[in-house]
Amino acid sequence: MSFEPKIVGILCNWCSYAGADLAGISRKKFAPNVRVVRVMCSGRVEPAFVLKALQSGADGVLVLGCHPGDCHYAEGNYKAARRMPLLKKMLAQMGVEDERVRLEWVSASEGDRFASIVNEMTEKIRQLGPFNHNGGGANG
Amino acid sequence: MAKLKVALYWAASCGGCEIGQLQIGEKILKLVEVADIVFWPVAIDVKYKDVEAMPSKSIDVCLFNGGIRNSEQEHIAKMLREKSKVMIAYGACAYGGGIPGLANLFNKQTIFDRVYLETPSTLNNDHTVPQPKTKVPEGELNIPEFYDSVKTLRQTIDVDYVIPGCPPEERTTWLALEALISGKLPPKGTVITHNAKAVCDDCSRKRDVKKVKKFYRTFEMIPEPEICLLEQGLLCAGITTRGGCGAPCPQANMPCTGCYGPVAGVIDQGAHFLSAVASVIDSNNPEEVRKIIDDIRDPVGTFYRYSLPDSLLGRARIK
Ligand code: FES
Repeated sequence: MSFEPKIVGILCNWCSYAGADLAGISRKKFAPNVRVVRVMCSGRVEPAFVLKALQSGADGVLVLGCHPGDCHYAEGNYKAARRMPLLKKMLAQMGVEDERVRLEWVSASEGDRFASIVNEMTEKIRQLGPFNHNGGGANG
Repeated sequence: MAKLKVALYWAASCGGCEIGQLQIGEKILKLVEVADIVFWPVAIDVKYKDVEAMPSKSIDVCLFNGGIRNSEQEHIAKMLREKSKVMIAYGACAYGGGIPGLANLFNKQTIFDRVYLETPSTLNNDHTVPQPKTKVPEGELNIPEFYDSVKTLRQTIDVDYVIPGCPPEERTTWLALEALISGKLPPKGTVITHNAKAVCDDCSRKRDVKKVKKFYRTFEMIPEPEICLLEQGLLCAGITTRGGCGAPCPQANMPCTGCYGPVAGVIDQGAHFLSAVASVIDSNNPEEVRKIIDDIRDPVGTFYRYSLPDSLLGRARIK
């Protein structure tokens, strides 16, 4: 059976979720692989959310927020932009490929951009294969 | 009243927990008034077969320190669970995996290659590495099987209480022993400390605005004695770590490294610590953020110093 990536999308309510909605309303075709979780702001996304998603069987995690300067709460996306690089540096040590976790900015008017990010990420993860979290040895 | 029967054991640990137990000093006399120690490999000569012969649930309390990294430790943990009414994970290794738990960045193969073949001072032309079974003329020799991952005690057996710390502070050990002696035990699952809030709650340093432009390693600076260490750019885990220790490290100008495990309610201590550290970075510029993060050389070793096996991912992925 061919591998269908499972991606958890964590989208901020004010821009990115609306952007995803626009992609749908405009009948854009895009990969159905992202399961969307709506949060109020990308600043709400704790690193533990990303880890929890990976631990629970996600092959990738996509975090989307408003463009810098546009966050509904002024600074939340800057916070996300500080956490994500540090989290990714830590994940690299843990053997998690860089492409599995991604932070992007999508505004409410960027339905196209949402669709292309989702397509692109789905393809990348399809190439990487499933995220099996194990130690590569015989006894766990 | 019959005396309590107490067992103490060490698994993947360093021996520091035994020192921690002895730190109770003369209070140990109070302990032996009410308790008999029936098993304690570091101090008394009782064999595994003696423990095996003990009836089920005949030990009142077992203080178990160390993580589970090989088959012997797993076997003894299961045996002691069966023999003991109350099982306590004693110390950071039993609780979260501890320092030995950082070996979860590797697996059996990569550890054996490094230790037995690659280290610069090793000469091992025959590539001899430990085998669980070896045939010799006299018969078969067995040693415990080394696992790929270190596991916590709770991942191995049912645990009733946790006494955290690396090693547990004397006051924490005594708090638990007093509860045991008096029979006033907290609800099952309790992490026994004087303070369920963060180490910061125990710490006397002044806290103000946390905005950090540069992180330092401890040898790179001498911190100002009265201000929060994190505010000065030291990676202090106090904010994510359960208190009750009395904050001895920050008082000695050293950042907390997190040995008491996560504060109540946090499931992944490292992720919580990472989140807090990233949040105090004083920059909105991606390039500058990257430069500041560069100073954090070893995120896993910093954020999961004592808790990698207990973290959400548990170990590194190795292909
Ligand atoms: S509200 Fe969209 S990132 Fe803060």
